[in-house]
Amino acid sequence: MKVWRGDANGGEFVEFRVPSDPGMVVLDVVHRIQAMHAPDLAVRWNCKAGKCGSCSAEINGHPKLMCMTRMNEFAEGAEITVSPVKTFPVIKDLVTDVSFNYEKAKTIPPFKPKPKEADGTRRMYQEDVDRVQEFHKCIECFLCQDVCHVIRDHDENKASFSGPRFFVRLAALEMHPLDTNDRLDLIRAKQGLGFCNITKCCTEVCPEDIHITDNAIIPLKERVVSAHYDPIAWALRRVRGKRDQFAPPEAEPPSA
Amino acid sequence: MNDMERHEYDVVVIGAGGAGLRAAIEANALGAKTAIVCKSLLGKAHTVMAEGGIAAALANVWKEDNWRVHFRDTMRGGKLLNNWRMAQLHAQEAPDRVLELEEWGALFDRTKDGLILQRDFGGHRYARLAHVGDRTGLEMIRTLQNHAVASGIDVFMECTLRHLLTDGGRVVGAVGYWRDSGRLIAFGAGAVVLATGGVGKAWRITSNSWEYTGDGIAMALEAGADLIDMEMTQFHPTGMVWPPSVRGLLVTEGVRGDGGTLKNSKGERFMFKYIPDFFRADTADTEEEADRWYEDKRNNRRTPDLLPRDEVARAINSEVKAGRGTEHGGVILDIASRRPADYIKRRLPSMYHQFKELADVDITKEAMEIGPTLHYIMGGIRVDADTEQTTVPGLYAAGEVAAGMHGANRLGGNSLSDLLVFGRRAGASAAEYAKRGATPRIDGTQLGQFADRIAEPFQRSGNENPYAVHSALQDTMQELVGIIRTRSELEEALVRVERLRARAARVRVTGTRRYNPGWHLALDLENLIGVSEAVTRSALLREESRGGHTREDFPKPDPRWGAQNVVARKRDGRLELVTEPIPTAPDELQRLIGDDKPSGEVAVAAAGGAE
Ligand SMILES: Cc1cc2nc3c(=O)[nH]c(=O)nc-3n(C[C@H](O)[C@H](O)[C@H](O)COP(=O)(O)OP(=O)(O)OC[C@H]3O[C@@H](n4cnc5c(N)ncnc54)[C@H](O)[C@@H]3O)c2cc1C
Ligand code: SF4
Ligand code: SF4
Ligand code: FES
Repeated sequence: MKVWRGDANGGEFVEFRVPSDPGMVVLDVVHRIQAMHAPDLAVRWNCKAGKCGSCSAEINGHPKLMCMTRMNEFAEGAEITVSPVKTFPVIKDLVTDVSFNYEKAKTIPPFKPKPKEADGTRRMYQEDVDRVQEFHKCIECFLCQDVCHVIRDHDENKASFSGPRFFVRLAALEMHPLDTNDRLDLIRAKQGLGFCNITKCCTEVCPEDIHITDNAIIPLKERVVSAHYDPIAWALRRVRGKRDQFAPPEAEPPSA
Repeated sequence: MNDMERHEYDVVVIGAGGAGLRAAIEANALGAKTAIVCKSLLGKAHTVMAEGGIAAALANVWKEDNWRVHFRDTMRGGKLLNNWRMAQLHAQEAPDRVLELEEWGALFDRTKDGLILQRDFGGHRYARLAHVGDRTGLEMIRTLQNHAVASGIDVFMECTLRHLLTDGGRVVGAVGYWRDSGRLIAFGAGAVVLATGGVGKAWRITSNSWEYTGDGIAMALEAGADLIDMEMTQFHPTGMVWPPSVRGLLVTEGVRGDGGTLKNSKGERFMFKYIPDFFRADTADTEEEADRWYEDKRNNRRTPDLLPRDEVARAINSEVKAGRGTEHGGVILDIASRRPADYIKRRLPSMYHQFKELADVDITKEAMEIGPTLHYIMGGIRVDADTEQTTVPGLYAAGEVAAGMHGANRLGGNSLSDLLVFGRRAGASAAEYAKRGATPRIDGTQLGQFADRIAEPFQRSGNENPYAVHSALQDTMQELVGIIRTRSELEEALVRVERLRARAARVRVTGTRRYNPGWHLALDLENLIGVSEAVTRSALLREESRGGHTREDFPKPDPRWGAQNVVARKRDGRLELVTEPIPTAPDELQRLIGDDKPSGEVAVAAAGGAE
């Protein structure tokens, strides 16, 4: 396996060979390389089960989680390359500086719930929360950020574009049955939703199978457009709250 | 040294899992200038991996449930070694803490009436775990993380703290390094909260990540704090066993809560053979009753598949030893034959995904192969139940790093609630202390010495590889300080741990200071070894079997030991162990727990009928 080694000043692929075990994933091989050949090889990981979103890299150029990529996906003897995600600046080897994402997170207006029910509870039905729960599956692997051409090849767009991860986050807030905060002007003006031309590359790489474009970006775009150009819809939204602004989700079997 | 990066805060919280985030949110809300420091990126702490749920007597599914029943279950599950006051506060406050998450945007699965849905878990009398499918920890950490960021709390991520700074016996800050640049960083603090989690990486087969090297426990020891009950380690009964690459990865107890049953290689539901007297009244003793329980929980007792974890892990161990294990040394966990595929996929999506992607097993059609995996440590830093202050002024601890709440065995779901209840209390106490305490003074000499120790592995002349030493430690703890322990093996473990300490001191680090995992591990090794010693020596001292600590040579619980904590502390550089009586619960709480005590031999060896 060839692993990219280097830092901000440049680097190259280095070939390593280690013994294999049944069921190995790419991250296992990287760990074995660390233990046997390169103790200072930099890599991020935590859960080793696709739950934490730490181990993002490009495997043969495709953005993936190293812990969920099985070695037996590759033909015996085929060349495998592992390199750091391209959109973010390299720190060392497979580790990149993803602070862009944490800075963007700070710009998102927080959740602001409406008052409780008269009996002091919060009643929400499974069918009301299903679609927001889809967005909450996000493990912040930032693979969608990596693949999105708006920032992948254009550093200059980073200031004015938050990226698909944050469109998912914004959609989750906007569609939350209890939320009352108004973010639409901000989404239009500051988060750069308009840059997205719905190529769906983000959806394709999402390891959590979140339908980023269909379920988050497109509905957000529709809302921004109607709110911006339709003063009556905008005024109504102010009055009624946001609950009824999205089409109802498809029927789901009721949960246990 | 003079160019070392320095910061001053009222409260420094070390750790950004559930406990650390909740502590920081509280301290910040009370007006303390607060920082959070963590080894990984924000949102990647262990808490993110929690699957099954968070225990709180919300009484949404069972009207009968209340804090008293939760308290009783926690104490009995902990084999009565728990700090009763912590168990009480936890049971009383958990519902509010869960509802508070909802105020901050969390979306739990719902009941038909639109309330938070609760699921069954081992040792809980009623369905009590609020959850989001099998990714509850993700919902919890993201909610807390977003709330903390929105509150403007400063976060120092990928920053490892190594030593606590002290001034006349009081903790006044901490020093460590940035993982990316390798540069040193020091914090002065009015109070420090440790929320660093556990030490699972001392074992070979574990559900824990690289972060779990016992840093907080080791730092507290060094600063003079007491530890208690370090021998109490939890082996979760259901970890993956095949392929080798995933060995130890957790399979949530939710699988059993939602209908999965355990079987040996002969297809027998062996758990019926292992029901201890202490739990007999609450447990079905025939397969027929257990089967009925899945459909009618009101009129039947729960299946023994959902006995507390220590019981189930020991039973599995016995079955495998008796030759009734699977090809890869596990037993069978089967949900496919009881539940339809769409139910399994909806309730346990990440388990479905994990087995499908990593083991080529479709759990909606096939059985899983599982076996025990080191999961959690009940022991840890001794704290005051109400304030979470350690035995050292200025130092607080909450979450897995702290001890007392879970006694000898933790019930599933009681950790996430513990993080919130005691994280909040620790944050409040720390903020309060920082406000009232004198301005902290940093001792430059001590800071300099610690700084030198952090850089020292680069200057060593030895030729040991940090990964090899770590691997040898994992083998030692796995083989000699595992589920079943005995004097001779524990003594052997101590000898080996000493040898490993010497080897660790000869680890030489290559490369630069920039993001160098070899260097990080070389430093973490000292913590792993120090904490392993504390676990092993505590295990040697406690001559009984109770909860997560099972002695082949003392296979019964002993009422005298049941009234004692094993206390470990460092004095003059040496680990000192003593026993001290545990506080006794007041009568009205004692009545809730019941008068009976755990008794009878536990399964230490192969159960009868070996082939
Ligand atoms: C796979 C899995 C599933 C689980 N499922 C459940 C469940 O369903 N229900 C339940 O109740 N419990 C569950 N648990 C247990 C529970 O998740 C953990 O016990 C709990 O999350 C620990 O939280 P914490 O806040 O104490 O620590 P963690 O969440 O582990 O956070 C520790 C933090 O400390 C930081 N840290 C550590 N050392 C240092 C250092 N030296 N310097 C700076 N920072 C440091 C880390 O970076 C991290 O941010 C599960 C555990 C696992 C592993
Ligand atoms: S759909 Fe939009 S956000 Fe997603 S990758 Fe394409 S341009 Fe980027
Ligand atoms: S939306 Fe999907 S791809 Fe993007 S960060 Fe979240 S989990 Fe990763
Ligand atoms: S290590 Fe957690 S997603 Fe890969």
